Amino acid sequence: MTASSASDAAVETGRQVQKINVRILRQDGPGQPSYWERHQIDYEENMNVISVLQRIAAQASTVEGESVTPVAWDCGCLEEVCGSCTMVINGRVRQSCSALVDRLLEDNGSEIELRPMTKFPVIRDLMVDRGRLFRGLERVHAWVPVDSYYDMGPGPRQSRKEQEEAYPLSQCMSCGCCLEACPQYNKVELHRRPGETDEQFEERKQAAYDSAFLGAAPISQAVLFNAHPTGKSMKDQRVEALMEPGGIQACGNAQNCVSVCPKEIPLTTSLGKAGRAATVHSLKKLFDR
Amino acid sequence: MAGQRVVVVGGGLAGLAATMKLCEQGISVDLISLTPVKRSHSVCAQGGINSCNDQTRQLGDSEWKHFDDTVYGGDFLQHQPPVKEMAYWAPKVIDLMDRLGVTFNRTQEGFLDRRRFGGTLYKRTAFAGATTGQQLLYALDEQVRRWESQGLVRKFEFWDFLGPIQDESGRCVGAIAQDMVSMQIQAFPADATIVATGGCGLLYGRSTMSVFCNGSAASRCFQAGAHYGNAEFIQVHPTAIPGADKLRLMSESARGEGGRVWVPRQPQDARAPTSIPESERYYFLEERYPEYGNLVPRDIATREIFNICVNEGLSVESGRMCVYLDLTHIERSELDRKLGGILEIYEKFQGVDPRDVPMKIFPAVHYSMGGLWAGYEKNADGGLVAGSPLNQMTTIEGLYAIGECDYQYHGANRLGANSLLSCIFTGLFVGPGVENYMSQQKALAGELEPSLFEGAVAEHERRHTDLLGISGGENPYLIHQELGDTMTRAATVVRSNDQLDDAYGKVDDLQRRAQACSLSDTGSWTNQNVLFTKALHDMFPLAKSILKGARQRDECRGAHYKPEFAMPSLSETDPVARRQEAERWCDRFEENSRRFLKSSIAKLNGTDPEVSYEDVDTSSIPPRPRLYGLVGAEVIEEVWKARSATREAAVQTSGT
Repeated sequence: MTASSASDAAVETGRQVQKINVRILRQDGPGQPSYWERHQIDYEENMNVISVLQRIAAQASTVEGESVTPVAWDCGCLEEVCGSCTMVINGRVRQSCSALVDRLLEDNGSEIELRPMTKFPVIRDLMVDRGRLFRGLERVHAWVPVDSYYDMGPGPRQSRKEQEEAYPLSQCMSCGCCLEACPQYNKVELHRRPGETDEQFEERKQAAYDSAFLGAAPISQAVLFNAHPTGKSMKDQRVEALMEPGGIQACGNAQNCVSVCPKEIPLTTSLGKAGRAATVHSLKKLFDR
Repeated sequence: MAGQRVVVVGGGLAGLAATMKLCEQGISVDLISLTPVKRSHSVCAQGGINSCNDQTRQLGDSEWKHFDDTVYGGDFLQHQPPVKEMAYWAPKVIDLMDRLGVTFNRTQEGFLDRRRFGGTLYKRTAFAGATTGQQLLYALDEQVRRWESQGLVRKFEFWDFLGPIQDESGRCVGAIAQDMVSMQIQAFPADATIVATGGCGLLYGRSTMSVFCNGSAASRCFQAGAHYGNAEFIQVHPTAIPGADKLRLMSESARGEGGRVWVPRQPQDARAPTSIPESERYYFLEERYPEYGNLVPRDIATREIFNICVNEGLSVESGRMCVYLDLTHIERSELDRKLGGILEIYEKFQGVDPRDVPMKIFPAVHYSMGGLWAGYEKNADGGLVAGSPLNQMTTIEGLYAIGECDYQYHGANRLGANSLLSCIFTGLFVGPGVENYMSQQKALAGELEPSLFEGAVAEHERRHTDLLGISGGENPYLIHQELGDTMTRAATVVRSNDQLDDAYGKVDDLQRRAQACSLSDTGSWTNQNVLFTKALHDMFPLAKSILKGARQRDECRGAHYKPEFAMPSLSETDPVARRQEAERWCDRFEENSRRFLKSSIAKLNGTDPEVSYEDVDTSSIPPRPRLYGLVGAEVIEEVWKARSATREAAVQTSGT
């Protein structure tokens, strides 16, 4: 089916249904039980899951007519470059801004199902805490260690080929789809202990994150910076970070990451490169002893 | 002084650049942001970042010409010293971003590739595919993370800035903010505070901006007494993709790489665009602006597209307004390499491949040229005094504004690929000034009387609780929609005094109704409902400033266009009469400049802004008429040059 006839079909489907049924897995806060809630909104052309959630927030009542609080969710740019609005839609992890209602109804005309990601602690409803992902970027030193921000002339000259290899990796928007899909990436959720301060709780959380699996996104960033002419100078530190517990050896090569990445980043290539770098590094250390 | 801290509010390009620069200076930063900083709206910038460069230089370009293009494109409404400084920093800014690892596109030989953008004839724009903003933001995010790992930065992400904290003299001694998860309100004592919170597109309901660009942070500073400059100058981008939740940007780089805008000559021609022959296509920008073609400045392209649809009835579709933006004549591989990101957006959201079929686009609200008033200290060369504490300081002492939320750099119309530059430039440039400001202070903010901070927290807690208790029956989301519709109708491409008056009344009414919003969530955990309502309340002071500024400005300048006051084309055909007409045209232009070549400055008085005017520093480049596409432009230019020469001679005579 061509793209235009697909959208025509959706409009027709839309005319028939008129209403869209939405089922949302809600949770009032961390550690609380989750529950399903059903909403119904009017069909409009060119909707995406964001506009569905906007209508639900404005309406604030379920299909049964019960008044409820608006569903909490995270979103930003609405054009799939910020990485905010990841959720599990009809069983598939993706960005909700680019999840077009007409397409979703083609697959399942009776309802749209929204759930929060399962690998991150739920804050509320569809909103999760992805702090671990950003901590991962810190773990692998994902930056170029320049001397200063003074004017020192241009950066190192790079070939078009180098740029074309780096650019796709650099498009990673830390959305977390690859981590949600990864069988080796397990949820780390801590709850605050009585009497614990913000700082103590934060410290305990970071320590737990630091021994858990990094996942594809941060590993791919380590590969990106190891290939950069200046970034290379920290290569050993990055590779050592990849060899610590929760590093590259935890990858089970399921290859789910690459198939769900909305930016089609060659994550398995990055994982392969990271694995080889780790092997070379340990051999080198062995012989250098 | 040891132990000084700076609060930076906003983690887009400007906020992150300021943060990393301050850290390099050894100053600790508390970084407050509505969203994880890596997700800030700067990611949406697509096309690139401008600077004079080795190649353009050899074709006659210079920093001065970049400066000139920027003020000419902005219709001379910017103070020139900050703009000059920015243009001269531009090559250095791009070099730095290159060193930080930004994946700029490369030429075959490995140099940074450049493309042309609107309002210039030089290829100044460096770019990383069509996701340049994202790539620049990530480089800065990485540097800030580096400082965070060393303990110099504390990030407060998912925190909402509620306003500056001021001591009895009015000086800003910190910020108050609310955790959007736990809803806890906290004071952040700071020796200096920088707001870098972007634009206010959400005032218009749908725009090209991200959902958090609601202007609330700037509005909260405005309500605390900071002045707001040039509010009425809102950029409407010529090319966006209409959507139910947002109007997605289609970058100017599409035209920079050769994209052509056209409509069928036959109104609502039902044929597929690819089967309409060349002779039956109207490339209206190219025909009307032979020199700049599809790359006229944005305000002009927007008005032309609007005009062709509304007044000439040539919209591609009958039911809605749109024109074709055509890339299909360009090699696929070239498109993928240089524009991949934006073509994917079009493909994903429209279900059509723009490599095969021309895109359908229409203008959308995109950028706020106006913003918090910010100062500067001018040097002898007409640039800025580096390290002056006055640079970027608002009218509240100790409170700085940088990036899109300051009013300084883009005048009446921003040129494409200058926003990323102004954001990074102001972020880097403000650091030393802030350090010098702090070194003049006698006491640390953290050691001031705790009651000052406790009082501010208590006041905001009370406001928060009051809001939860209101049961007036109004729905904040629906009021926001009405506000957006009203603003979009009255204060975008074409403005009229009747409509502006009418809109002001409506907005005033909405503001009153918004005070009676019943919340559907009165809880104290991740309550997005109450946060949205607070932001909605804060939209009104800015919306009113836009409307009032526009109402009082009876002229056309850049993005502000009132047909009633437009300068006409020349109509006389006889050369002598035409010359005389041009003289009269220039008289009128000069008279208009005397009245309106001034920044509007809004101050809040209760719930309504008062708008006064400030002279513009045009000491480096004398203002001249902006003549893009005007009939008779060459005669007007001749007359204008003769007058300028006379003026210059007079200045020199009086000087000797």
